[in-house]
Amino acid sequence: MHGRVKVKSTAQQEEEKRKEREKKLKLYITARDACFSKRKEGVLDDDALQLTQQLLSSNPDFATLWNYRREILMHMETVKNEDEMQKVYEAELSFLESCLKMNPKSYGSWHHRCWVSTRLPRPDWARELSLCDRCLSLDDRNFHCWDYRRMVVKMSGVPVDQELAFTDRLIGSNFSNYSSWHYRSTLLPLLHPESPDPPSPSGEPPRSSPPPSPQSHSHRVCEEQLLKEYELVRNAFFTDPNDQSAWFYYRWLLGRAEREEIISCVFVSREEERVAVAFSRPVNAQTVGLLLVLDGQLQRVEWRSVHPRFKHSPVWICDLPPGTISDIVNEHNLTVHWTEKHTHRDCALYTGRCESWCRDSATDQELFRSELSVEKTSVLQSELDSCNQLQELEPLNKWCLLTVILLMRALDPLGYEKETLAHFQTLKEVDPMRSAYYSDLCSKFMIENTILKMEYAEVRVFSIADKNLTTLCHLDQLLLVTHISLSSNQLEQLPPQFAMLQCLEVLEADNNKIEKLEGVYQLPKLEEVLLRNNKISTLADLQPLASCPKLKHLDLRGNPVTQTDNIEAELAELLPSVTHLLL
Amino acid sequence: MAAEDLPSEFDVVILGTGLAESVAAAAFSRVGQRVLHVDRRSYYAANWASFTFNGLLNWIQQYHVNELQDWSSLLEDGEEVIYLSNPDTASIKNLQVFCFTSEEDEKEEEASSSTPTNAAEDHNINADEEAVKESSETESAGNTVTNLLVAIDCIISEHSILYNPCNSPENVPDTARVSKTGSYFYLRLMYSRGSLVDLLIKSNVSRYAEFKNVTRILTYRQGKVEQVPCSRADVFASRQLSVVEKRKLMRFLTSCMEETEEQMAYHGRPYSEFLRDQQLGDNLEHFILHSIAMVTEHTLTEEGLASTRNFLQCLGRYGNTPFLFPVYGLGEIPQCFCRMCAVFGGIYCLRHSVSCLLVDKDTNRCKAVIDSRGQRISCSHFVVEEGYVGPERKRVATPPRFISRAVLITDSSVLSSNSDQQVSLVTIPPIAAGCAAVRMVELSSSTMTCMPGTYLVHLTCQSSGSAYEDLSPLVSRIFCTPDSPDQGNTQNCPSVLWCLYFNITDGSGLETEGHDLPSNVYMCSGPDGGLSHENAIKQAEAIFSKILPDEDFCPPAPNPEDIIYDGDATASAEGEDKEGEDKEGEKENQDKLEEAVLTEETVQTATATSTLPSG
Repeated sequence: MHGRVKVKSTAQQEEEKRKEREKKLKLYITARDACFSKRKEGVLDDDALQLTQQLLSSNPDFATLWNYRREILMHMETVKNEDEMQKVYEAELSFLESCLKMNPKSYGSWHHRCWVSTRLPRPDWARELSLCDRCLSLDDRNFHCWDYRRMVVKMSGVPVDQELAFTDRLIGSNFSNYSSWHYRSTLLPLLHPESPDPPSPSGEPPRSSPPPSPQSHSHRVCEEQLLKEYELVRNAFFTDPNDQSAWFYYRWLLGRAEREEIISCVFVSREEERVAVAFSRPVNAQTVGLLLVLDGQLQRVEWRSVHPRFKHSPVWICDLPPGTISDIVNEHNLTVHWTEKHTHRDCALYTGRCESWCRDSATDQELFRSELSVEKTSVLQSELDSCNQLQELEPLNKWCLLTVILLMRALDPLGYEKETLAHFQTLKEVDPMRSAYYSDLCSKFMIENTILKMEYAEVRVFSIADKNLTTLCHLDQLLLVTHISLSSNQLEQLPPQFAMLQCLEVLEADNNKIEKLEGVYQLPKLEEVLLRNNKISTLADLQPLASCPKLKHLDLRGNPVTQTDNIEAELAELLPSVTHLLL
Repeated sequence: MAAEDLPSEFDVVILGTGLAESVAAAAFSRVGQRVLHVDRRSYYAANWASFTFNGLLNWIQQYHVNELQDWSSLLEDGEEVIYLSNPDTASIKNLQVFCFTSEEDEKEEEASSSTPTNAAEDHNINADEEAVKESSETESAGNTVTNLLVAIDCIISEHSILYNPCNSPENVPDTARVSKTGSYFYLRLMYSRGSLVDLLIKSNVSRYAEFKNVTRILTYRQGKVEQVPCSRADVFASRQLSVVEKRKLMRFLTSCMEETEEQMAYHGRPYSEFLRDQQLGDNLEHFILHSIAMVTEHTLTEEGLASTRNFLQCLGRYGNTPFLFPVYGLGEIPQCFCRMCAVFGGIYCLRHSVSCLLVDKDTNRCKAVIDSRGQRISCSHFVVEEGYVGPERKRVATPPRFISRAVLITDSSVLSSNSDQQVSLVTIPPIAAGCAAVRMVELSSSTMTCMPGTYLVHLTCQSSGSAYEDLSPLVSRIFCTPDSPDQGNTQNCPSVLWCLYFNITDGSGLETEGHDLPSNVYMCSGPDGGLSHENAIKQAEAIFSKILPDEDFCPPAPNPEDIIYDGDATASAEGEDKEGEDKEGEKENQDKLEEAVLTEETVQTATATSTLPSG
């Protein structure tokens, strides 16, 4: 048709583009080779700077070239004066901007910008900050930019309250951005620290003081601010209960206070001449300065973890020199010092006693209640109420269900046990992909509850039969247990941590799916092991039992291993101490 | 080319530069049709126009009624003549202007308060002249007072002096601030999805325009203006909703994106009933019915759900509200399409009309037209704006409806916020039984439509009486005017500095074909009262596919580097007749090309960050 604008055909365009690309590639390769050879020769001149700029502007992710560029710039610093370098680095910054336009997530470009910013004689931080803001307005989840911004804020000393207002703004425009929430969680403890028990002498919040180092700080937020944060985050999860950012932040707000680092238990056994020490967190006893003082005398002992697999463990044991405490008429005083933490624990072994211990129970430590560390029960209760309200509106929301469970545990783990189990059931149904996670978490809570019940009953028997356990945990709390019943659960193994049950005499674990017994290792008092109807299939799986010197009674009925040829003879050889063997 | 004759033969002659005509012109020209596009007005965009002050003056000066001339000498055998009429005579009426500001005395107050009495029905052309008179009156009343002018759909003013609110005479602006800024008045918004936006993107016409997002949606309820939380971020930040309401609202909005059996059960019953049964509470019901669906109590559920969905689908595409606002006014959009037409060889003549059509009696086809200069121009097809066709030839099912409009200049926003640059859409449910719902748009100076420190407010509703009767009761409630019933309570209300009322024809419900016209003559309607532009785009597309059923409608314009220039192809690169005013626009557009806002890429980024609940 006449008059119609003639346009190049697609094939023509393709062809032209292909030629263009070929030409570009040729240029690129030539320049790259030139660059490499220059670097080899150690040339650090303007020409090389130009050449790398050409290449990097088309491919800003070429790390070697950035390195070369930094070499050149550092060389320039030695020959040019400050004003000249200011100009050079400013040019570098504007070049970097063009690279970031090419690829806003280029590692190389952001790293180089960081480097340049810190070397710039007279940095313009305000400009850098506004660059970050522009960049984040285009993509509020660009973590490179977030990192860079943190650096800029630190270098330029932006006041914390301004930064908090910045997160307000970002969260307001998109509350599904965890970067903003997380940043908030780092700022709040600085701006509104939890008031320490003795009020600080200045009486004013330390606004302008340099941020306390993370180690020295409690990471907690004062209650007044906490209530405001609860309201903010509540708005977010009521608006969109499927958004995980708000829930994660909420979890942080409700979060666990760090446990005090203490020696939680010292146990001494006269017969084995052995001391076992439990810590509030896993440690490496060989390096933390653990000292054992017996009757005022420092003992040279060899600390070992309960299982060779562990370099760090919450339970450590040592053997005393033979004969030191073996005489039953003697009384001994034992002190374990944890010099690194300036803490210690005493334990007295009285005349006529075979063993003794000194410990803080889980109940004393409020170990399981304080999972959520908000001390004020009323606050927790009102949070539970609002979550329950949301749960009524959204009965199948997994985040809400999980949070309700956590709140219930923080308030009253035993009282809410029934509701908790029901919620776990719902969770597994609405989120089948994570049902194993929920099973493990539920196991953990059931074990915690059983520990509490055991402590209330003041017994050393731990019985948790038929509770659908899929995993074992808190085994360090079971150091003193003599009888354990794990029958009729879903356990697949007795993990190495099981070796922390140093006082165990009877192990009942019938009707599980146990394949491995790694944790039944060097248990000095273990006499009876009941493993009916499990999945132990080879003799090698029973190997750990050989390390338990007092094992007499072993029930292996209903395990595949019993079908092995010549099993009885093999077992007699492996476990000579066993007198009652049921196959 | 004033004295030169136009070519005497075209494929398509188009009269009127409204949105539908301009889109059609671009579409025809884009596929190589020879297009002549004329408008008897001195400006583009017909009743969709936005004017500068000067443009408006020209428009008024030109406003002489053409006498009918006898062109029968140009007739060939077997032809008859259809005379066309003046497009503006029937479309505007009941125009009234009030000015409530005075720096020195109360003269204008008196002058303006006398206007309602002389505002007779059916003013037609005279209404416009009256407007001019009004303005000149105010001008003469004191040399410091504004010159303010009034036009059809959109109104323009260039304030030589800023309005000075009567209650704060000390607030005299410095003249440097107000010197040369032209103000553009504009009413209509665009949904961020829909055929107009799709077309702008598809055809690359978007590169000629620039858009802003409406920043918030408000509603008037129980005597107060409130913000309507509609996006996820709004709901999160809202202080008026309880957390439970937030959840209910979000859940409702998410759930109504999909059709459910529960919804089906309400088909044929009012949407308000459906909402009530969702147990959302009064607050949310109001927001959804009036501000999100923007329907009435009696609208059926299926219709209400459809508009709710449309709202939600538009939400978050380019920002936190579903509406786009073309910077400089919607009048830009028809011009952008005209430009596209010109780029592909269309010829433009403003201040140039078609006096009559020459129709072949046997085939009932329009063979040629005679332009206002008496030249005979033959054409295969003729597209005409509805206003040029006399009422005796239109076949309309219902009597023509009117829209009531008011344009106000105020001194502050109806709802103050931390930013004074909000662009707000305010939905106002009927204030009394039998009244129509009113839609109000408040523009701040960032939209380039008014001076810093002032706000431009448009009110629109379906007419039941004159615009003044329909809208002034509401204006006096929301704003502070001398008519406001309770002066004590309006202390915090924005003061109206100046206002204008008029009625304009409702362009909806008019078909492109089926009128008493030759079979190759197609009619396009003017703007309607709604927010969507579906109708105009549909009309243009219908006309296009009727004439050229096998051609693509507005395919993407090629990039300049892909165009092959050989021989005479270069000649058609630009349109020929460009008015001076338009040349400037041309340059401006060229600049805008650089920062085209509605390209596909931005669309993609926008969807990526979409805030819509994804169900």
